[in-house]
Amino acid sequence: MAVSSFTAIDEGALVAQAREGDAASFSELVRRYEGKIFRLAQHVTQNREDAEDVLQETFMKAYEHLDQFQGNSKFYTWIVRIAVNQALMKLRRRKTDKSVSLDEAIDTGEDTVVREIAAWEEDPEEQFTREELGKILDTAVQSLDPPYRTVFMLRDVDELSTEETAEALGLSVPAVKSRLLRARLQLREKLTRYFKRKGGDAFAYL
Amino acid sequence: MPLLTCKDFLMELSDYLDEALDAELRAKLEQHITECPNCWVIADTTKKTVKIYKGMEPYPIPSDVEARLMAALEQKMAAKQKSVAAVRRK
Repeated sequence: MAVSSFTAIDEGALVAQAREGDAASFSELVRRYEGKIFRLAQHVTQNREDAEDVLQETFMKAYEHLDQFQGNSKFYTWIVRIAVNQALMKLRRRKTDKSVSLDEAIDTGEDTVVREIAAWEEDPEEQFTREELGKILDTAVQSLDPPYRTVFMLRDVDELSTEETAEALGLSVPAVKSRLLRARLQLREKLTRYFKRKGGDAFAYL
Repeated sequence: MPLLTCKDFLMELSDYLDEALDAELRAKLEQHITECPNCWVIADTTKKTVKIYKGMEPYPIPSDVEARLMAALEQKMAAKQKSVAAVRRK
């Protein structure tokens, strides 16, 4: 079978074949998700070397424990959970002064305070090249606290549902929702600097 | 029905953008943004924020990183297949 023919194969079938010991099917699953897992690992650890370790450990563990994958959640949700756990262990090892967890978001109320209110351009992303835009978006996400960053990446970038995100992170649905709201509001605030309407019409909506 | 404050609006904003609210609350929020220009801007810019990020493709994984990942996995898979074969031979 040609490698390219895998792309059309449904994920469930690939998982089933991988569980039967088919190495090519497992490799195809890795190829489908390695980019997303590497990005997520980089966002959580903020360290490239750690992210690479997390990437390898995630797929090694997934391969080892494939028989424990129940198939009642998506394969991606399952490996995200492994990846997040691995990434948190790295973080804890680096920051020995305090334990790090995704449960640590402290609700001070501060992070829902809206400081800047200015209308944006209609298609703000068109003011920038792809590369510039990528950098702006990455920098903004990186500046969020880990609990917010991780929820935002899974919900709004990887487009997992609220329930899948809760499952992958071992959080309750209300906790996912409250972090997502805070992450979105903080990002909105950060991006306003770049995307607000230029010149005198910034308050044209008034 | 009681009017929403801006703070109430903000608390429901995520669910509003995700279309996860019941019709009654949704109507209240929509009423609020027609009357409150600040909340309209916050809703509009938050919606644009989510839209810009949605589906952002990851950068292709660096080839050296992928090569090391695949090499590690191949080793592991080969080891497992060997042990499976050994069990079958018994």
